[in-house]
Amino acid sequence: MRKLYLTLKYLFIGLWSMFVVAPFLWALSTSFKDFNSVTGGATYIPWVDFEPSLEGWRVLLRSPAQGGVNIVEPYFNSIVVTCSASFISIFLGTLAAYALSRFTFKAGFIKNSDITFFFISQRIMPPIVLSIPFFIMLGKLGLLDSMVGLVMVYVVLLMPIAVWIMVDFFNKVPREIDETALIDGCNPYQAFYKVVLPNSVPGLIVAGMFCMIFGWTDFFFAFILTFTEVQLLPVAIVALNSSITPWWSLSASALVSVAPLIVVAFIVERYLSKGNLSGALK
Amino acid sequence: MNFKHKYLFLFPGLLVLIGILIFPVGFTVRLSMSSWDSFFPGLDYIGLENYFRLFQDDSRFWEAFGRLSFLSLTTVTLQYVLGFALALMVWKDIAFKRFFRVLFLIPMMTTPVIMTVIWKTFFHESLGPVNDFLNIFGWNPLWLSSEILSKVTVIIVEVWQWTPFMFLLLLAGLLSLPKEPYLAASIDGAGPYRTFIYVTFPLMAPISIGAIIIRLIEASKIMDTVYVLTSGGPGTATETSSFYIFIKGLREFQFGYSAALSFTYLIIMIISLTIIAKVLVRLMIRE
Repeated sequence: MRKLYLTLKYLFIGLWSMFVVAPFLWALSTSFKDFNSVTGGATYIPWVDFEPSLEGWRVLLRSPAQGGVNIVEPYFNSIVVTCSASFISIFLGTLAAYALSRFTFKAGFIKNSDITFFFISQRIMPPIVLSIPFFIMLGKLGLLDSMVGLVMVYVVLLMPIAVWIMVDFFNKVPREIDETALIDGCNPYQAFYKVVLPNSVPGLIVAGMFCMIFGWTDFFFAFILTFTEVQLLPVAIVALNSSITPWWSLSASALVSVAPLIVVAFIVERYLSKGNLSGALK
Repeated sequence: MNFKHKYLFLFPGLLVLIGILIFPVGFTVRLSMSSWDSFFPGLDYIGLENYFRLFQDDSRFWEAFGRLSFLSLTTVTLQYVLGFALALMVWKDIAFKRFFRVLFLIPMMTTPVIMTVIWKTFFHESLGPVNDFLNIFGWNPLWLSSEILSKVTVIIVEVWQWTPFMFLLLLAGLLSLPKEPYLAASIDGAGPYRTFIYVTFPLMAPISIGAIIIRLIEASKIMDTVYVLTSGGPGTATETSSFYIFIKGLREFQFGYSAALSFTYLIIMIISLTIIAKVLVRLMIRE
């Protein structure tokens, strides 16, 4: 009985791992193909099944004038926009979450939990609902196709996540910590900055991770609110997908775009194994 | 604790959020009462006409909404079951625990729209590896251009992408469970199956509900996957609400009407998510 269970367990884990890895392996193999090896039917192993070519990878570095896409600039744009939006969201979100966790607010029937729900409810709105008014608003402000405009929009997307995670987290940090700091002569800002914040690093890491993931992987707003000046990575990659789909360069760019977040996966796992993450998520 | 400084903590974030959102939300409501389209761009006032049109003549919107409900409920259920199973398996000591934990997280880190392009080549009907394999048995299913299979393909891609999210939340929950109930269960001689039913599952219920609701919120916005994989086709077989609003608004430029669609959709979503949350609480948390 126990043996059967163990067999089934490893079988399931094995099958799921294959499912997770399959598209990556396929992309890796495809990125070394050229037009002929793609249209000849499905092939897998370079040198055995097809003659490898580096065309897919070279296209990513060539300028558009030479028939490439030059992925470097969109890559840089994506990093700048994601990092600044995440930073602003976490900064403002953490302050708000601290207030919501420690102090009581009351205005008529509105209480702390209602304010928290107001933050989280911003995630319910589908991007499409906001896209048209955002388009008009950024147009009026002259911020269409600019980094500032995108960062503004992403702050709205990411701050609810930061608030959601940090409220939960601060609720689990004992109140005695701040009270002791206040008795020792700190003012409220110092108590927050010098005592509570250093104790909340795991929470900040988790909130940061979620903000990074959702910012880095957004396509819709970047697609609608930018044209040529500020291209983000997902938009640049999807733009490759024109009349003839260049499978090779699409695959190569997909692999390149995943790379920075694999590092994030390792950081998350480290905190998960230490058991710190469990405090950050309910 | 109470300070006069407390507003200095809350207000920067709250005001920034409201400041950025007040125009888009207010404008959507106002726009939904106008006939703004590509022929007559302008904010005229036509009352609730767009809403009458939506409730009386637009069956395509309601079909899209039905399809969205089907797709999001199916994918979230699958994600929950699979994510819970995977979290349980790497919870206790197994060989290469940390390796599997990182591996299972990775799909969430990828950009949906880019991975979907890869999936599209993966399921390509004549050049992709899936049909290459199935051809051995003489099958050649039309993954992207048949009514039923195109939905299955969308579900497979969504499950691949977002099961890790469920997995992460549930694993973090499992790792923070108290030890005492398990001691009590083992003293009472409960086997692994009964321990799960009577100890693990009830303890995990609040986390499960939170995870399911958040995934439902995110899954109902499904758009990127459909846009790249099938563009809503064949016909309207995979057209979801977001995609239909996208077509009306940014393809046919019926801004007024699409604002009415958006606002109606938003109201329906808030109501149905509240109901789902209440039902889940009643089903999963027994006294």
